[in-house]
Amino acid sequence: MLVPLSWLRDLVDVDVPAEWLAERLTLAGLEVAAINYLGVPQGAVEGVRWPPSDHLVWDRDKVLLGAIREVRAHPNADRLVLAMVDYGGEALEQCVTGASNLFGYKDAGPLDPPLWAPFAMEGAELWDGHSETPKRLRLKERALRGIPNRSMVCSEKELGLSDEHEGILLLEDDGSFRPGTPLQDVLGDVVFDIELTPNLARCFSILGVAREVAALLDKPLRVPAAKVLAEGPPIEGQAVIRIEEPAINPRFTLALLRDTQVGPSPWWLQQRLRLVGQRPINNIVDVTNYITFELGQPLHAFDFDKLLARADGAVPTITTRRAQPGETLTTLEGTQRKLEPHDIILLDSAGILSLGGVIGGADTEIDDNTHNVLLEAANWNPVNIRRTMQSQKVITDAGVRFSRGVHPAVAAQGVRRGIELMRRHGGGRVAAGIIDAYPLPPDPVRVTLPVAEIQRIMGVAFSAHAAAEILRRLEFKVNVEADRLEATVPQHRLDISAETVTGQADLIEELARIYGYDRIPDSMIDDELPPLHADMTLEHEELLRDLLATLGLRENISHRFSSPEREALLTPDDRPGYHSKPYVELLNPVAPEKRVLRHTLLTQLLDSAAANARWRETQQVFEIGQVYLPRADEELPQEPRRLALLMTGRRRLPNWQGAADAAQLDFFDLKGLLDRLLARFNVPGVVWSPGEHASLHPGRSAAIHSDDEVLGHAGELHPMVAQAFDLGDAPVLVAELDLERLLERSNWRSYPLQALPHTPPVYQDIALVLREEVPAADVEKVLRRAGGDLLQDLRLFDVYTGDPVPPGHKSLAFNLVYQTDARTLTDREVAKVHRKIVRAAESQLGATLRA
Amino acid sequence: MLETLEAQYADALQALAASKSSEALAAWQSAWLGRRGAITASLRATGQLPQEARAAWGKRANEIRQLLTAAHGERAEAIRNAEMAQDLESGAIDVTLPGRRRQPGGLHPSTRILREFARIWGEMGFQVYRSRDVETDEFNFQYLNFPPHHPARDMQDSFYTTTPGVILRTHTSPGQIRAMRDLGANGTRPIRVILPGMCYRYEQITARSEVQFHQVEGLAVGRGIRMTDLKGTVAAFARRMFGENARVRYRASYFPFTEPSMEIDVECFLCDGSGCRVCKYSGWLEIAGSGMVHPVVLRNGGYDPALWSGFAFGMGPERSAMLRHDIHDIRYFWGNDLRFLEQF
Repeated sequence: MLVPLSWLRDLVDVDVPAEWLAERLTLAGLEVAAINYLGVPQGAVEGVRWPPSDHLVWDRDKVLLGAIREVRAHPNADRLVLAMVDYGGEALEQCVTGASNLFGYKDAGPLDPPLWAPFAMEGAELWDGHSETPKRLRLKERALRGIPNRSMVCSEKELGLSDEHEGILLLEDDGSFRPGTPLQDVLGDVVFDIELTPNLARCFSILGVAREVAALLDKPLRVPAAKVLAEGPPIEGQAVIRIEEPAINPRFTLALLRDTQVGPSPWWLQQRLRLVGQRPINNIVDVTNYITFELGQPLHAFDFDKLLARADGAVPTITTRRAQPGETLTTLEGTQRKLEPHDIILLDSAGILSLGGVIGGADTEIDDNTHNVLLEAANWNPVNIRRTMQSQKVITDAGVRFSRGVHPAVAAQGVRRGIELMRRHGGGRVAAGIIDAYPLPPDPVRVTLPVAEIQRIMGVAFSAHAAAEILRRLEFKVNVEADRLEATVPQHRLDISAETVTGQADLIEELARIYGYDRIPDSMIDDELPPLHADMTLEHEELLRDLLATLGLRENISHRFSSPEREALLTPDDRPGYHSKPYVELLNPVAPEKRVLRHTLLTQLLDSAAANARWRETQQVFEIGQVYLPRADEELPQEPRRLALLMTGRRRLPNWQGAADAAQLDFFDLKGLLDRLLARFNVPGVVWSPGEHASLHPGRSAAIHSDDEVLGHAGELHPMVAQAFDLGDAPVLVAELDLERLLERSNWRSYPLQALPHTPPVYQDIALVLREEVPAADVEKVLRRAGGDLLQDLRLFDVYTGDPVPPGHKSLAFNLVYQTDARTLTDREVAKVHRKIVRAAESQLGATLRA
Repeated sequence: MLETLEAQYADALQALAASKSSEALAAWQSAWLGRRGAITASLRATGQLPQEARAAWGKRANEIRQLLTAAHGERAEAIRNAEMAQDLESGAIDVTLPGRRRQPGGLHPSTRILREFARIWGEMGFQVYRSRDVETDEFNFQYLNFPPHHPARDMQDSFYTTTPGVILRTHTSPGQIRAMRDLGANGTRPIRVILPGMCYRYEQITARSEVQFHQVEGLAVGRGIRMTDLKGTVAAFARRMFGENARVRYRASYFPFTEPSMEIDVECFLCDGSGCRVCKYSGWLEIAGSGMVHPVVLRNGGYDPALWSGFAFGMGPERSAMLRHDIHDIRYFWGNDLRFLEQF
């Protein structure tokens, strides 16, 4: 909301710099997002910082208030005149100007009273009135058609007030004008752009902000007068209001002005509207807007004659009620709207007039021929107004205020002040009194606040009188009774709850705000410490992250949104897969490919890998995060966590010594990494079995078990899936594990270490020739069993096929380590167990020793 | 007879003197003193000599072996020294050639900041409590004192699911209710937790706005938690996070679930408050929204607001990372571009 300081000053004395006030308002919750300056320089206030502003500053010595005392013809030009300007100097300054609005005064002799206009002397900086884009210029002496000239009477555009450049700005003397006054002191202004949080509905007006300023600066507030000069016959009986449902329309007031004249508003009023972002229209409509901004009470003006015509001779009767299905209304801007039951309508005997609280109808609007104005100030239920603005997709200044909440007490003040301003600026006679239908006045809100409660919540000791004093500055009526306050909430705010505990919190907030958050001291909690609790899953997860990073993987965090189509790409041949189960689906996705919550981490991991492939040949990444699985029997989905890994590219990064190790990462890199991880977490009974996972290469993938439980799958991505995700030919290794199951079965905390042996180990190798289909894991199992306790370790170091190994066979070579802590092994003991191992391999696996 | 030995000795010495490198020396060693070396052979031959010649032959052969071994040792040291001198003199490499690249792993910047938050808050007794992503309207809004159609709902645009009343949480605050109900033992135990987690808002994805982001909610509930504690605790956090001299500012604000509410700013650590592009020339950076837990929220968490009080705050780790690392595009965070991630 835009708040001009000049307007604010009508209502409260501001004796501090604008920047300081802006800071104070910000700290009190009225966040001043920007300060806009009109002609005046930005102030520098100790301890307060605002972004530097590069607006045009009107030179106090060179941009002045001028009185044009005579307009003479230019001897050499028809489209120029000579304005004789009194700027407080000893002589009149002859100023050559093309201002069209001076032509009418040409050669009309001395002007008394003079025409008042902004006047700039040589050297002054102004905006270039003729430039399409903003451009500054400095006034220089220059002859115009043979007449020397060194000054200028200015248009609004040249001063930076608006884009208006048709003629110069003529000002109305309010009695205080003196020629030569610096223009800064006449038109200079500062406009605050304030962002209001929803609880500050009461501040959605100049009066509302002024009230805060008055409380913060401890100054009296001057509430705008609502006194009406009513010379006409009473309004009673000239119109009738019928409210069908008070809950949606608690109050409706009307005032009547007859024989007025529609025309432009005075310049000051237009200027104020412009400063708050409004476009002036005519004196009647401008006043409705003016009151909306000044008091926060939106008004609506009807052409009374149009209502009379519609009533066909009867007394116009306005009914308010909910719209019924099928009803429509064409609103002011020409849109035909289908109405819904939450919309509130005004209607008379001829039909629907307007959408209450939001926008008027076209049929009864003010036009240039309007003479009789019926002025409405009503009050509406905020929820209905909110829903109407949402469903009708219309945002109006009235709707925005009503949807946040306007106190119904303000309606009468608004209608009176509005009709009086219309009379002042358009003439005519105001009918005596107002029509006031007020079926639902809000109950007065009273809150009892024990002083101890302030101390309990705020931590600051207030005396009852100090607290009462602050609340009174905000117009609360406060009685102090011993050590508690009895506060009555003023008739302009709806944000203080009548419910005791909430109402107390509301008052404590007001006390803290006005007292100043910066004055409340800091302390550390001295309350009882809660019992310790641990989230073991989180602790595990963090260890897992560290381990994966140590093993060379980068952590990814992806969008958790996906689409069934994307996830279906993980399953070739239209087989069932991730996409076949129900999803958590969004009603309002930002994009079709983000319309569900994911079932797997793989889609995003593959998408990222494809994108990164442009920059990185080798990628090793992981992600930990939730997937979302709807449950048939519960409203909310399961959110199990998963671990996914992806590796692709070269095992080693190439360097300048040439691609010495250009080998691609393969299944066994992934397996080695996962085995390391599972070993670190002491997951028991880990078994890799040839796996069936639709996204993976059927021959190069595995299910990972821990005893009887499947932890997840790992392997090379199915080439069709790789293709679907635009990945290249290099193998892409992926794994997805059920994190909860993995962590349940892991034990990183408490496990026995192996004591360091005191005896020397004996190393032996063994090479076995086996049928190709015998899995390596089976061989290892047989060797370990046969080796018993003496076989301390075993490691496969070579797999070989080809000559001289017979076709259909392979050779597996192992390093064996024999050791026991009980004694140093003799050659004979080692030979004995080694023979046993060989025999077991021969008999159980059909192996032969390779020569 | 012994002349043969002496001739061998002389030949060996000559050959040793001719050995100029470690390799030549090793070959000499093997030719003369090795298992199949000439001297070794001569020693072995002792047995085959006539009885009377054996002693003298054997003695001299042994002597020669010892002499040669000693000479070899000297020669070896000389060669080693020469070679070392040679290497030091001419074995230089181009140290400006690039080193062999390693492939280090690393954690996501959000994880790093989340950990930093958790560590600092942990020092002050705040434990991590995690809560769900998909929430009901009750938990996300109503229990937090946002009635249906409340204008404060406009402050947060929600993602709605096809299940009526089920949304993606727009903030971590629903975790406040869950933590109070879960840990509060029906409103009888104090609570001090932080609730980190992903939040979701219906926004266009741009450099400045994202559809998902982390939040870290903090909650302290007790029989004597005051606004002064909130100020002091958050100020302590700010000093740990942003430096010992970090100045903190408190602005009145509004959240339906706290009252009084406040925004917390820290003096811009990039310009020390003198005004820069990052702080938009205000000198301040917004770090947290906070306030005293609203009585309605306490009640919904199972506590009697007349006896219990609390404070809550919420902060954004991505924003902290952006400020620290001068990141101007929030889309970097979930883009997984390795060129970004590798910088951490």
